Amino acid sequence: MTTDRNNKIPLWRDRRFWRIALQIMAVVIFIGVVAVLGYNLNRSMQQLGIKFGFGFLENAASFDIGESLIDYDPTDSYYRVLLAGLINSLRVMILGFILTTVVGVAAGIASFSENWLVRQLSRVYVEIVRNSPLLLQLFFWYFAVFFSLPNPREKIDLFGAVFLSKRGIYVPWPENTVAVWLWLLVLVVGAIAAIFLWRWRTKLMVEQAQSGQQQLRVLIGMVIAAIFIVIIGLGWQKPQVLENGNIEGGIRLTIEFSALLSGLVFYTGAFIAEIVRGGIQSVPKGQWEAARSVGLKSGLAMRLVVFPQAMRAIVPALNSQYINLAKNSSLGVAIGYADFYSVSNTTFNQSGRPIEIFLILMVTYLAIDSLISLGMNWANKSVQIKER
Amino acid sequence: MTTINSQTNDIAPPPQVRVGPVAWVRQNLFSTWYNSLLTLILCGIFFQTVKSVFIWATQIAQWQIVIANWPLYYVGLFPKEQYWRIWIILGAIALLSGLSWGVVVRNRPKLFTRVVLIGIGVSCVALMLVPVKTEYPKYLLLGMLALLVGSAWGGKQAANWIPKLGRWISLAWFLSFFLVLWLLAGGLGLEEVSTSKWGGLTLTIFMAVTSIAICFPIGVLLALGRQSSLPVVRWFCILYIEFIRGIPLISILFLGQVMVPLFLPEGVRPDRVLRAIVGLTMFSSAYLAENVRGGLQSIPRGQVEAARALGFNTPLVLGLIVLPQALKAVIPAIVGQFISLFQDTTLLAIVGLVELLGISNSILANPKFLGRYAEVYLFIGIIYWLLCYVMSVGSRRLEKTLNVDLR
Repeated sequence: MTTDRNNKIPLWRDRRFWRIALQIMAVVIFIGVVAVLGYNLNRSMQQLGIKFGFGFLENAASFDIGESLIDYDPTDSYYRVLLAGLINSLRVMILGFILTTVVGVAAGIASFSENWLVRQLSRVYVEIVRNSPLLLQLFFWYFAVFFSLPNPREKIDLFGAVFLSKRGIYVPWPENTVAVWLWLLVLVVGAIAAIFLWRWRTKLMVEQAQSGQQQLRVLIGMVIAAIFIVIIGLGWQKPQVLENGNIEGGIRLTIEFSALLSGLVFYTGAFIAEIVRGGIQSVPKGQWEAARSVGLKSGLAMRLVVFPQAMRAIVPALNSQYINLAKNSSLGVAIGYADFYSVSNTTFNQSGRPIEIFLILMVTYLAIDSLISLGMNWANKSVQIKER
Repeated sequence: MTTINSQTNDIAPPPQVRVGPVAWVRQNLFSTWYNSLLTLILCGIFFQTVKSVFIWATQIAQWQIVIANWPLYYVGLFPKEQYWRIWIILGAIALLSGLSWGVVVRNRPKLFTRVVLIGIGVSCVALMLVPVKTEYPKYLLLGMLALLVGSAWGGKQAANWIPKLGRWISLAWFLSFFLVLWLLAGGLGLEEVSTSKWGGLTLTIFMAVTSIAICFPIGVLLALGRQSSLPVVRWFCILYIEFIRGIPLISILFLGQVMVPLFLPEGVRPDRVLRAIVGLTMFSSAYLAENVRGGLQSIPRGQVEAARALGFNTPLVLGLIVLPQALKAVIPAIVGQFISLFQDTTLLAIVGLVELLGISNSILANPKFLGRYAEVYLFIGIIYWLLCYVMSVGSRRLEKTLNVDLR
């Protein structure tokens, strides 16, 4: 230990050496694997006679899809059919986000109900749905529920406004005129104004101890006006039964769409219910007791005191559920809904381009996930504790 | 609640807590007028539903599709004369599960609590009620149940004699995997059965268990890599985890079924079941890594520092100090991940494997049973539900047993 040579740590015991060596090894292994895979891929592609590139997207798709919100014809390009599929997917996702939140929050709060039956109902729903596979549930919704609807000739008629049959579900829908769009604009502007009014009212109540009655009256007036606008101004088109038995007017939701939407909404809803339940349980019991002791009834205590605090635990966890819903919407392929994955799959079968299709799939879904995460991060910021 | 000290009689006793069925009903069902209304409406809906389901199940439903295809749901197209191999597998699993159960509960005073006895009774009755064409599978299943219970009892007794029995059982589980593989695939003296003949619940469980077994070490490595202080390793792990978590499972299975052959040398075409397992493993390991990371982050820094101060090197710190604590902390999350992996095997029906859901779809395609969707989906739904429910209940029990020393 006296000489320099003995003081030197041997190389294999030097942590600095291993840090660098391990990283170099990782890079070398990675490059090696990529090189071997790339070489094989290149050879396979040459054998199949395919050149990498996205030029094929301009070719005619020459297959039809079940439904599309944009005009699509089999002679259109692959671009167009992929876009139609993407729009179909987004339609399910966005409607799904809204409905599953409603179902999940309702079921989560129901598990704290004072009514024993409601509590049990919520538990049973969550246990049944969470412990069975989503795909099976989708098949159940599609084949056992929606596919067993009667033929178009013997359609079920609900109050002359909604018609259910194998061909789809017809519901009233606003007509597409300038006036309707103007009314919609009025509604949106009114909603924004109402939010500001509500905040201003809260501020007045908190800072100046005003009663807020006047503002409340204005708000109630706005709500009544909005209800009138929705009923009268939007020009709802009822589905009409023609003499030959067909249905015209309103909007037609295909049974594929309805089954996928129901399956996703109830499946994700059960997970959200558990998150909501956990979030509410995470609020200290003292908060409940304090709220009850200042005279709030249990419903008000939940709405005003407990739930806003539970939101802090709930919102971050919702992010992954929304992403799951978005990704699970790709299971539409199993029940014949023309979503993005299903359309991509058909495109692959027609064009024989696995690599390109896979890249498109990956980029699209990653982009959707990032958008959801961005939105949820923004939502998360607005519910977190604002520290002084 | 109402014990009153005789010397403090001047203080009013706390209000008596009313218990009893009438008080309970009033408190829980009819506390306010809207609660009463809700109760009545729900009761009405409930009875209506039960009535219509009962009428459907007894009069409209044709359970023939389930009864006639009984073996298909469990073993798919596995050759009939080789069924005994499946029975041996089931027997081995029953034996090992019983032993493990006995070892886990070795410190409890009683093995056969009321819940367990009720469970055994219910399963016996359920087994006897199952309508099948031939009777002997029923008795074999009853025998399996007896084996399970008997080995549980034996395991509990033996655990007191042989303190290291737990380790031997873990080893036996590990070895039993190869036994199962041998019995399923054949070879080495047994008749070979190609994987295209595997199917039904057997295939579902085989794929789920294999993927779980493979994805567990990969997931732990990925989680460690993501926490690593080496930037290159960390970034590889983050990229892998985030990419896999970002895309739908079905597209990964598509990658497994369609693209894996393109990436492999000429002439190498892995088996379809193997490709499916690769896809499931790739997917699950990313999710598992995130679960394990949660556990790793819950370990205080002091643990690592203390271990280093004792002179442990990195692998020892991880293997002896960090991982045992981290994994224990995330058992519920890991079991949850396993349950969802088990459910995700259904997606393989889309890429054409005949696991439980796939075989049901092929049975439904038989024109003899046209349109009997509800019966079949309800039946396999119950199978999936039971297995998942048992797993989640088991995980809660395991968690309790493992946490005993902490409280």
